[in-house]
Amino acid sequence: MSSATLTASASNAARRGNAWGRRLLIGGAWLVFVLFLLLPLLIVVSQALQKGFAPFFAAIVEPDALAALRLTLLAVGISVPLNLVFGVAAAWCVSKYEFRGKSILVTLIDLPFSVSPVIAGLVYVLLFGAQGFFGPWLREHDIQIIFAVPGIVLATLFVTVPFVARELIPLMQEQGTTEEEAARLLGANGWQMFWHITLPNIKWGLIYGVVLCTARAMGEFGAVSVVSGHIRGYTNTLPLHVEILHNEYNHIAAFSVASLLLLMALFILLLKQWSESRINRLKASAGEE
Amino acid sequence: MSRRTFPVIPGFGLTLGYTLVYLSLLVLIPLGALFIYATQLTWAEFWAIVTSARVLAALKLSFGTALLAALLNGAIGTLLAWALVRYTFSGRTIIEAMIDLPFALPTAVAGIALTALYAPTGPIGQFATALGFKIAYTPLGITLALTFVTLPFVVRTLQPVLADIPREVEEAAACLGAKPLQVFRYVLLPALLPAWLTGFALAFARGVGEYGSVIFIAGNMPMKTEILPLLIMVQLDQYNYAGATAIGVLMLVVSFILLLLINMLQRRIARA
Repeated sequence: MSSATLTASASNAARRGNAWGRRLLIGGAWLVFVLFLLLPLLIVVSQALQKGFAPFFAAIVEPDALAALRLTLLAVGISVPLNLVFGVAAAWCVSKYEFRGKSILVTLIDLPFSVSPVIAGLVYVLLFGAQGFFGPWLREHDIQIIFAVPGIVLATLFVTVPFVARELIPLMQEQGTTEEEAARLLGANGWQMFWHITLPNIKWGLIYGVVLCTARAMGEFGAVSVVSGHIRGYTNTLPLHVEILHNEYNHIAAFSVASLLLLMALFILLLKQWSESRINRLKASAGEE
Repeated sequence: MSRRTFPVIPGFGLTLGYTLVYLSLLVLIPLGALFIYATQLTWAEFWAIVTSARVLAALKLSFGTALLAALLNGAIGTLLAWALVRYTFSGRTIIEAMIDLPFALPTAVAGIALTALYAPTGPIGQFATALGFKIAYTPLGITLALTFVTLPFVVRTLQPVLADIPREVEEAAACLGAKPLQVFRYVLLPALLPAWLTGFALAFARGVGEYGSVIFIAGNMPMKTEILPLLIMVQLDQYNYAGATAIGVLMLVVSFILLLLINMLQRRIARA
């Protein structure tokens, strides 16, 4: 018997022994999926629709809910583009140059991920609240940040700072600087190089980061809760509206608004899956070259 | 090569400057304000706040449940990553896509959904009631909520590492007479441990600070099921800025020390 067939039979035996392990692991994965992911999803929808579609729609088109939806979209609309520009700038300087203190900078970019969202809200209250550092000055000039829309936007910005940068840094480090250098040597100016070389290369990573950033901005609760003051129709985002309805024991309305958020989350997952598959395809084609 | 020569790629000053200014204005200066505000307290006042019975109970609960949830995720996440990377089975694509649901779903939605499931009369909670214990409104419920919101961390950090380990390495070990457990202990574990610890640390850090998903299922009883972030919220509602600041500083310092320890452990493993 050749050594090749010996190896093959031994590894076959090992695989047969693993058949039970395989079944156990796949069963376990399914169990976790059903218990942890599928059931929470189903209960949101079933609670929302327990009295049919009419109360479901009523809860969603109610003026306070629509105002909350508008505020959530506003917070997303401001924080995502700002953090997108920041992410590109941060990833650019981290991945294209060598400088002292780079690893500290990367750690600082990630900092908002390890700070509790409630603390993120708290620091803005300490800065701009009535008893805060700038409180008296803001009151003199009749500017309100805490318990108003600017506070909500600031809190959302804080918690979503790292998302785009985090996706782009490893991607751009992997791509290196040769293509950009070639463009420069061929006479492209900085912007031409960015638009024609860098941007097409990082496009899918960028979209991936934006998708994750949007999800967090849309769903942020703790940070926004601290600075909101919960004024209905004015400083209530959709997640905060869910909380208020839930605390009022208005279960159908709470779960109806939650279903709307769930729908948005599933759409975001779909976008994420799509951008991820594009990234993998790009990587695979780069590997073939 | 390109690191020594003066870079031909423009924009270093612009991008670094923008990054630093943006980060300072939005994150660093506000966080600094927290520590400056804390200096208004004397050391004795600070110590009195952070060692009060209610704060210590919340501290124990927050870090304890986050630790448990991260450990639970360490097990569940390893199982999921293993099944998703090593096997093809029906439903794999759906599970793979849905793993990230906890990151996409607003935490408040997760909170009310889990509360409905695990409440004493809920679809799962009623089984616990029949067996004579409660899930929602206990530390167990908090742990489950934290496990849900941090579920993707371990899976997502393990998957690429697991995919990179060639099957031949395990088969070679098996051919040389290693039993499956030995293969796991001596071949897979050393390769997976650094990534596992990264996922664990991410889940733990997120769990300590988590607020939205927990407050619904916790019941929020002082001394029993009150987490640290909620305690900060309570202080703020009473306009007790000093109390909120002291607890905030305590949380940041303890998390920082724990993450530093995990980081050191990771380096030691990587060196070994």
